[in-house]
Amino acid sequence: MKTINSPDAGLLFVGDGMGDSVDELEEMARLCRIDIVKMTNAAGAGHPGGSLSAIDCMVALYGTSLRFDPNNPNWEDRDRFILSKGHASPAMYAILHQMGVLEEQDLLGFRTLGSVCQGHVDMNWTKGVDFSAGSLGMGLSFGLGCALSARMDSSERSIWVMLGDGETQEGQVWEAAMAANFHNASNLRVIVDRNRIQNDDFMEVQMEIGDIGEKFASFGWEVREVDGHDMPTLVEVFRWADSSEEGPIAIIANTTKGKGVSFMEDNPSFHGKAPDNEELSIALEELS
Amino acid sequence: MSAPSDGGASRDGYGNGLLRLADDLRVVVLEADLGKSTKSCHFREQFPERTVSVGIAEQNMMLVAAGMASSGKIPFASTFAIFTERAFEQVRNGIARPGLRVHICGSHGGIHTGSDGSSAQTVEDLAVYRSIPKMTVIHPCDDLSAEELTFQLLDLDGPSYMRTARNKVSRMYDEESKLDLRIGTGSVLEEGNDVAIISCGVMVELAREAASSLSEEGIECTVVDMHTIKPLDKDLLARLSEQCGCFVSAEDHSVIGGLGGALAEWLSSNNPIPLEMVGVKDRFGESGGTSELMVEIGLTSEAICEAARKCIDRKNAA
Repeated sequence: MKTINSPDAGLLFVGDGMGDSVDELEEMARLCRIDIVKMTNAAGAGHPGGSLSAIDCMVALYGTSLRFDPNNPNWEDRDRFILSKGHASPAMYAILHQMGVLEEQDLLGFRTLGSVCQGHVDMNWTKGVDFSAGSLGMGLSFGLGCALSARMDSSERSIWVMLGDGETQEGQVWEAAMAANFHNASNLRVIVDRNRIQNDDFMEVQMEIGDIGEKFASFGWEVREVDGHDMPTLVEVFRWADSSEEGPIAIIANTTKGKGVSFMEDNPSFHGKAPDNEELSIALEELS
Repeated sequence: MSAPSDGGASRDGYGNGLLRLADDLRVVVLEADLGKSTKSCHFREQFPERTVSVGIAEQNMMLVAAGMASSGKIPFASTFAIFTERAFEQVRNGIARPGLRVHICGSHGGIHTGSDGSSAQTVEDLAVYRSIPKMTVIHPCDDLSAEELTFQLLDLDGPSYMRTARNKVSRMYDEESKLDLRIGTGSVLEEGNDVAIISCGVMVELAREAASSLSEEGIECTVVDMHTIKPLDKDLLARLSEQCGCFVSAEDHSVIGGLGGALAEWLSSNNPIPLEMVGVKDRFGESGGTSELMVEIGLTSEAICEAARKCIDRKNAA
């Protein structure tokens, strides 16, 4: 685990709070999943499917690698986490809730007027959010800007970007992929949540992009492909990324949309639909 | 106001303004393969470690700039005005919405660009960027004012769009008078009580020519260089609407949504005096020499004179 260098000494790093053993990370992911289904149910809207597919990667990242101080979320020299697939905001809010940055009440206000939990993640509304997303394809470029700035400042901070696989249909992703290696942005790392489903349907129906890892590799990225729900594997790959001098790094995480809730798994209709009350109680039972 | 001196293109002023900003280490420059055209190339030559080339990829450039701004840098990103529009949504969602301090410069704006033809002749950029919340929109008239206004962007707490022009025009300012310019405050170049000609960019020179011609007819004009289209200098408009009683707008831009549009919005709510617009009448440009094109499109001092006479007639008829 990295040592936290927050200027505010003695504050909790995520690892101190929940440890970084696989069991503890899996438990945190379970609690996050409960948050996700609860807040989307309360809002009657939102994107549970892509939140549930991404949450294991996010928990593993925050638990093992990301230098982030929940008591000082705007610490200037923190690592950045850019949730480019900003519709997975419930996953982001769940993590921040489990880390103590957000309260349960904040989550239950998701998508309501004046809530700190906006429909898509927004850096101006939520402490601990580093990017205002909602329009796909922009986060990797933003991350590259953060990475180049870190290097200009001789900072060791790492920049992590999470993309959806459907999102890689946006051309801007590949503009950024090209530029990242050209500018030797070894401090830039991307996780692709490869759940194979986009808004309207399976990608193989809408627009199959093929081997995403190969495409990043062809632009000069270091690529690893992993099971995006296997916590030991995720911990290992993030530790590897942490120690790697190579880069930029792309981690292709093979995931299942809606993972953890049986009727949402691999079901395109839960991309952007909240569980109703009956579905919520089934989901909570499965997650208990 | 001293007499105009030798000319300079406003894009040259942008390049020189960047050099004046270089002492502030937060300043970084982004290019999309047109640095030689937008004149950011001079900054690149001297400060390559603070210049980022993204290649021909404007969407990427806008968000790289946003990421840098979120990390404490003050990015200046430039390309042709028309190609900034390719990344409109990136500017809207990635820069303006979070209120990041990214300064975009679009060069080669307007019909004045000339023989490159209609694909390059942006006539809607001021309207496009004026419609985005939090954006400051600037269109200087010559190199010295462009340099000074670029320099002042350092202290602007939010995003901006500046349009510059490709070709040289007569200078409206000198090294001393440029220092009186302020973002958000219209610059009154001449005072008269019959009509106020409110202009921007390359049309400021033509507005002064028109004022000179009209003076020979006994018509005394106020001429304003309204270099900041947003926020509009409402105090100045309030004063001039009382003083002159009619306005002419003059811009190398569509009459829809630019300076003329902004004046129409203000007048209709505050002091509905006659307004005549000189601008591009909802059409695209075409290839041609700058002078002949300006005549073809109706962007001439004669057109401004005609608009002024019409406007005064309307005022007197009211």
